[in-house]
Amino acid sequence: MNFNSLRYCLRQSREALKRNFWLALVTSCIIAVSLIILGGFLLLAVNVAQVMRDVQSNVEICVFLYDDADQDWLAGELQRLEGVETIRFVSKEEGLAEFGRSLGDAALLAGLQGENNPLPDAFRVTVTDAELVPALAQTMRELEGVEMAEYGEEFVGELLKITGWINRFLVVVGLLLALGAVFLIVTTIRLSLMARREEIGIMKYLGASDWFVRFPFLLEGLAMGWLGNIVAVFVLAVVYGKVASTLQQDAFAFFLRPVTSPEQLLPVFLGLLLLGTCMGGFGSLISLRKFLRV
Amino acid sequence: MISLQNVTKIYPGSASPALDQITLDIEKGEFVFLVGPSGAGKSTLIKLLFRELLPTKGEIYFFGRNLARLDKKALLNHRRQIGMVFQDFRLLKQKTVFENVAFALEVLGKPPKEIEFKVAEVLEKVGLAGKEKAFPEELSGGEQQRVGVARALVKDPLLLLADEPTGNLDRNTSRQLMELLETLNAEGTTMVIATHAWDLVDRMQKRVISLNQGRLVRDEKRGTYGHEF
Repeated sequence: MNFNSLRYCLRQSREALKRNFWLALVTSCIIAVSLIILGGFLLLAVNVAQVMRDVQSNVEICVFLYDDADQDWLAGELQRLEGVETIRFVSKEEGLAEFGRSLGDAALLAGLQGENNPLPDAFRVTVTDAELVPALAQTMRELEGVEMAEYGEEFVGELLKITGWINRFLVVVGLLLALGAVFLIVTTIRLSLMARREEIGIMKYLGASDWFVRFPFLLEGLAMGWLGNIVAVFVLAVVYGKVASTLQQDAFAFFLRPVTSPEQLLPVFLGLLLLGTCMGGFGSLISLRKFLRV
Repeated sequence: MISLQNVTKIYPGSASPALDQITLDIEKGEFVFLVGPSGAGKSTLIKLLFRELLPTKGEIYFFGRNLARLDKKALLNHRRQIGMVFQDFRLLKQKTVFENVAFALEVLGKPPKEIEFKVAEVLEKVGLAGKEKAFPEELSGGEQQRVGVARALVKDPLLLLADEPTGNLDRNTSRQLMELLETLNAEGTTMVIATHAWDLVDRMQKRVISLNQGRLVRDEKRGTYGHEF
């Protein structure tokens, strides 16, 4: 296909979009809505992943010791483990005091001092990389004198399970909407094909190639996809920008740090652009395959 | 230029052949009338030459190439060498005369300057200069068919196939159209024309291939319509 043919195809697509203006607009809007939902989910997923990373990186491993454990030897062993950042010894007395503070009323623990203190001595260990936590905790459990090593895996597990369900729900809703949008594109292109049936018949007798006949319809579908895309990306960018700046300024939401780095956000927006384009192209191709015999 | 060897065409679901063992040759520059009653196989033969259909048996050669063995690209090239004229004109109502003719060149990806020049030239040739901006519905039947001829001719075809080109025209307009086709033939375009216009066939004294019930019943160098049917 040469430049002249391409120009002709572009003109044909523009005329077809004008002819089916309202249907094309509705199709683009549905594409936009499905991409906004899908994009909203992706942004949520990016932020949840960041929260998870934060939670995990703040996780300490609490290494509880037997009463007869050799603390100095263990301190050396723990320090030697690869990935360990800091270790802090917490005696059973300090542990009880901390527990009392966390309860808000130290009087509740009256009578548990001295020989009656049920808490063991412990080391609080921070690590350089959150992903190392489970493996390091397991290694520490095997050291002599260690009763147990905990890092709140149940909490992390629950958090992962809940976010997993939310993610799956949003993916299903987003995909169903995307599927609906593709079927609307198929219908729009089919109407366009019917409107130009006579012209297509004549084109065949004039020696037009299959792609010359098909290309304007493909462009029409892609244009609808792109329009939906642009609207979706614009709406998402504006809304996300507002939400992010509100959260950053809100002192009560200090624990929610929205993702603002372009390295993390750009793939989401580029992915949406690609998806919208694919939806437009895919819808057109289905229609051409099903309804156009050239 | 064209060679048919024992060509038979049977449409799916039909018991009798639309064309039955046709063998004939057409030379470059010839003017050929295909005559015969309705259902004789004239339109089928036109469609086989355009390679809109494939024969059930036998071979058709166009400049030595078997039409049944053309790949996609060769098929496209084959069709680009042929101009088609239809009984119902098949013009696009929403396009002007100029746009209808230019459409044939746009489809081939020709540049706008060349399109402008060639369309003006061919409209002059078919006697439609000055009607470029008219829409088909503003023209008479004869003029509309001239637009159809111009559209077929503008891409300089080696062969012009016409299926009942005068079927919707009155006698006088038909005569004028045939004279135009004769002139174009004299300039080098090979013509194969399926027609019922017996008076024009008789008057023009060109080669006549007569078909009846799918069989070739007569092939005369300077023939008449004949009254065998």
